[in-house]
Order: sequence, then structure tokens, then C-alpha cells
Amino acid sequence: MSRLNDANLAIAREIVGRYPRPKSALIPLLHLAQEQDGYVTTDAMTHIGELLGITSADVYGTASFYEMFKFHPVGRYCINVCSNISCQLVGGWELLEHAEHRLGIKAGSTTEDGMFTLEDVECIAACTEAPALQVNYRYRYTVTNDDFDQLVDDLSAGRLTDEIPPHGTLARVRQRTPQNWADTGRAAQAEVDAR
Amino acid sequence: MTDVPTPPSSYHVPGLVPSGPKLVTGRFDQADGHTYEGYVRTGGYTALRRALTEMTPEQVHEEVKTSEMQGRGGAGFPAGVKWGFLPPDVFPRYIVVNGDESEPGTYKDRMLMELDPHQLIEGTVISAYAVGAAQAFLYVRGEMALAQERIAQALNDAYANNMVGRNILGTDFSVDVTLSWGAGAYIVGEETALIESLEGERGMPRLKPPFFPAAKGLYLQPTIVNNVETLSNVPWIINEGGQQFHDIGAPSSTGMRMFAVSGHVNSPGVFEVPNGVTTFRMLFEAPEYCGGVRDGRSVKAFIPGGASAMWFFSEHLDMALDKPTVDQAGSMLGSGAIVVMDDTTDMVAACWRIVRFFARESCGKCTPCREGTTWLERILKRMLDGHGRPDDLATLMEVCESISPGIAWPPRQTTICPLGPSAVSPIASAVERFRHEFEHYVEHGRPIDGVHRHAIHGTGAHV
Repeated sequence: MSRLNDANLAIAREIVGRYPRPKSALIPLLHLAQEQDGYVTTDAMTHIGELLGITSADVYGTASFYEMFKFHPVGRYCINVCSNISCQLVGGWELLEHAEHRLGIKAGSTTEDGMFTLEDVECIAACTEAPALQVNYRYRYTVTNDDFDQLVDDLSAGRLTDEIPPHGTLARVRQRTPQNWADTGRAAQAEVDAR
Repeated sequence: MTDVPTPPSSYHVPGLVPSGPKLVTGRFDQADGHTYEGYVRTGGYTALRRALTEMTPEQVHEEVKTSEMQGRGGAGFPAGVKWGFLPPDVFPRYIVVNGDESEPGTYKDRMLMELDPHQLIEGTVISAYAVGAAQAFLYVRGEMALAQERIAQALNDAYANNMVGRNILGTDFSVDVTLSWGAGAYIVGEETALIESLEGERGMPRLKPPFFPAAKGLYLQPTIVNNVETLSNVPWIINEGGQQFHDIGAPSSTGMRMFAVSGHVNSPGVFEVPNGVTTFRMLFEAPEYCGGVRDGRSVKAFIPGGASAMWFFSEHLDMALDKPTVDQAGSMLGSGAIVVMDDTTDMVAACWRIVRFFARESCGKCTPCREGTTWLERILKRMLDGHGRPDDLATLMEVCESISPGIAWPPRQTTICPLGPSAVSPIASAVERFRHEFEHYVEHGRPIDGVHRHAIHGTGAHV
């Protein structure tokens, strides 16, 4: 259980500075906390609340609405198999069933060694490439059972560490607040607030 | 210059048609189309320069109005008209880019964000200029990691080259563009829910009126919410002219438009086609598009515009993908998501899967949707599991009636947003046309002969 570390605290402050109102940074900060610890810890939520001037209950209230935020440890790799209509039509359920057998767990749970979490998810916008899945939000298209086995083997053997970061790390490129940040939005909003 | 990770080798552009004009997909087959250099080399940011140095904001707005471009997010409301709803002299005002693509079957905005992020940024900055916005927010669906990386890199490069930020291109126009992440919630695609999410709240829609975004949007200030594909078209409109855009496609549905065709076709794909003139049959059967239904089978039903749309059948195949035509026939083109189901499709299973989606994604604010979609899902699942009861079909329709009185198109709402009534569409379509399949399930506990039995099981748990 941990608060944001110093490096992430600096990033958090930069993100907060980009919004006219601090609370708008809540979801990006929750992602940051999840990136640090693999899931969103209670201490991190308290810390985020302090940064934004809201209660930790308010933080959890928003966080718990969104499916991507996890509140207890999950696998290093979250494998999300789509079973929505376009995938269902061409074998999404059959792929999910195979995945459950291969990993020895039901969808919605994590392997004992903490390597894999399997989820049955809604449409991931790869409908023409069905059946599709994501590993830590990186896509795999037209997945066969053999493809799935190969993927699990590769992940287990550490062959995909460059391409697929551990769960929690979403984008590895961050928007930087540049020198020519205009800040007109913030200034204008401050004027409105003053009135 | 770019430090964006290389996508996996399996990443490729699905079946884009090689011929025909390309308004927004022109850089898709170009390896470096997503980089600043690649974008500028192929004419990128010329529209921004033209808009800022040669045109007034009113003239930019006028071009977009002339184009009569319909919004590409689902509702199809003309973008230029939407911009005109902003109350005069109320500042600050904001632009919010809706990149929360999650309607089942929809796959186009993610491509635009991954493969041509600068085009979207250019369209956003031009639009901010036209409407006088001080800041723009690019809200990208949380699950789209590569799109976020590409847009973040593109924004960093665009800032470094003075295409965004203070005194853009040496003019007195300044605007900030902020990349914001979603975190997994379909409902956030609804514009007022998206605004709530941007304010750090649970993504629950606001009541309209009074909360029409153009009047009272982000921070209760005037706000324009536009779809990714809509804004990606703006640079072309400024470069070539609104009239040129209007001349493509049908007068009632102008320009080119992206459609994703998935399901039981030989080569599913995303196609940018002339709006309003291409027919469903052409898309499904022509070799340069989907190349026919798989295994030479026939179309049992198809969804013309995403999971929320009423289904179409074989008699609709020769209809053009034209907004007023499809609207009049009792459905919608929605977000350009076409799903083809062949004659081996289990209609009860198809119907249940779409309804389960709405049940899972209901935000819980309105009772008819929160309770109703869950009831519908349970009844359908009970049928699928072989435990259907004799009165289940009647109960199903009764619940539909409670969510959307009259079960008509366009659906009537007892809820704040259209999510609840959307769950009624697949049921109304399937039960009207394939009632015997539901009755067969209730009577025999299994599907009719000749349809595929899915390995559907009791999952649905979330971590």
C-alpha cells in the first residue's frame, strides 16, 4: 500500500496543472497510481484526494465507476477476451473457453502464480479483426486457439516484455506541458470563478 | 524524432479499398503517417495555416456549414449547425473531442487516432479557432493504449513546432490541447457523461435541458463535443472547400464516411466510402469490399449502425447508406458499425449478447434502464440456458415497453439518455422477425436446428 512516489508526484502535479479545475485530473491520476503499483491502493487514493482537495471517499466514488481500475492485485498480464457481438459471431466464446482451460481459471480470476488475469470484456473496437483480445490493452487480432497458447508461452517466457509493459502501465509516452503552453483556458476559467 | 513504440507485427490496416478518394484515411498505408514529419510531408498543417492566416473564424465556420457534414459519432447532427448553438459572448468555451469509441461493432476512430493523430489535432485546433475555444480536451478511451501513445507523441511534436499552444504559427491565436484518458465505461461516449468524466466524476449523463453542452457543458461553460472522425474531416474541408466536400456522396449525406463491416463476411474491413450512395449489398458482396457472405451463405439479418440500432434484413440490402433513407426505414447508421449475421446465427444468442452489453454498461442513474436491462438480460440468459418459462416472451416485451413505451423507432425514452432504449432495439428486431426461435428455446430448451451453438457459459464476473 503506497502513496505516489516522488517521481510520480511531480508528474501528478504537472497533470493537475493542465486542467482549469483540479478534480478533472482525477482519472489521469488514478491511472498513474495504477501504473505505480499495478492496482489502485487505498493510500494512493488518499494521496490523490489530498492533491485535488477532495475526500478519499470522493476519489473512490469516481474510481469505482470505471472498469479499468482495480482495487486489489491482479495478474502481471490482464488478458481481456472480447465476447461482444462481432467476436461472438466468429468464435469469441470458443476462444474464451479455450483461454479458461489453458490458464486453468474462470474469466474474472487470476492464476495462482499472479501472472495472468483473464477477463470477458465488452467491445474493444477491433470488430473487423475478430475474435480479438488485449493483453494489458495491447491488441491481438483474429486469435486462434494456437495463437492464444503461443501468446501465453511467450508472456510466461518473458519474450514480450518490450512490447507489453506490466499491468497498470497504459501509455508509455506522456504528454509534456510544453514551454508554449498557452494557459488561456485556465486563466479564462479563473476569471469566471472570480466573478 | 518519434519515440512511440513500434506496434506488434500483427498490427495492420484492415481491408481499406485501394481506389476512390480518401479524405481521412489517406495516410493509413503510409508507415510514418502518424509522425510529425510524415504528416507535414503529405500536406499536413496546411489547412491550419490557411485557416489562421487567411480566414476569419466565421469563414471557417461557414465552410463547415457549407459542407453539411453530419457528425460521425452516432446521432448524425450536422457539425456546422452544432457549432452555431454556442451562445454569443459567453467565454471561456471548450472543445471536447469524443474519442471514447465503444459502440459494439464500431471501429474507425481508433484507426484515425493511431494512424493519423496529427490530422485529428489539426482538425481540433482549426475548430477551436472557428468557435473561439480557449482549450480543447482530447478524451481517448482508456483501453486504447497505442492511440494514447501516438496522440501524446503527436501533441508533443505539434507543440514543439508551434502548431498548438501560444501564438500558433505566429498569429495571435492560442489554444491548448489536453490529452485525457478514459478508464472503461461505454456510457462516457454520451456527450454529457463524457463531460462529467472530464470533471472527475462518475460518467453519468446529465439531463437535457438544461445541460445541452453548447449552452452548459464542461464546468457549465459553452462546450462543443465532436467525434474523432468528424474533426478529422475538418482539415480536408478547409483545404478543398466545403462545397467540394458537399459534392461528394449524396446531397442528403455528404462527403466520404468510414464504415466497419464485421461478422459473417469473407473479408471484414473498414472502408471509407462515398456517403449516401453506396448500398449495403455493394459493401457486403463486392470483391473490393467484403467479398460476400462466408461460405456462400445468405444474410439472415444485419445491424446497420451499431448495437443500439434496429436490425435490417435481406429486403434492406439494396438500400443506400444514406442517413435519411435509413432513418425512414426504421433504423440508423449510427456510428458506422455494420454487423452481418448469416443464416447459421442463433438470434436469441445474438440478441442476448447485445442486451448483456447494455445491462453491464448501464450507469445506474435511471431506474427503467438500470433495472430493465438487467431483467431483459436475465430472461434471455434463462432461455439460452434451457430454463425458459412459458410467459418469458411476454415478460420480455412488457419490460421493453416499460423502458421504451410503444417500442417504436426512434425509441421513446423514459430515461435521461438513450442507453436503456437501445437495449430494446435488438429484442424488438429479433422477436418480431424470429419469434419462433425464442418460442423454440422456451419449449425445447435449445436453439432451432441449423444454427450455431455458442460456447456461452456463466461468466460475466469482473475483477
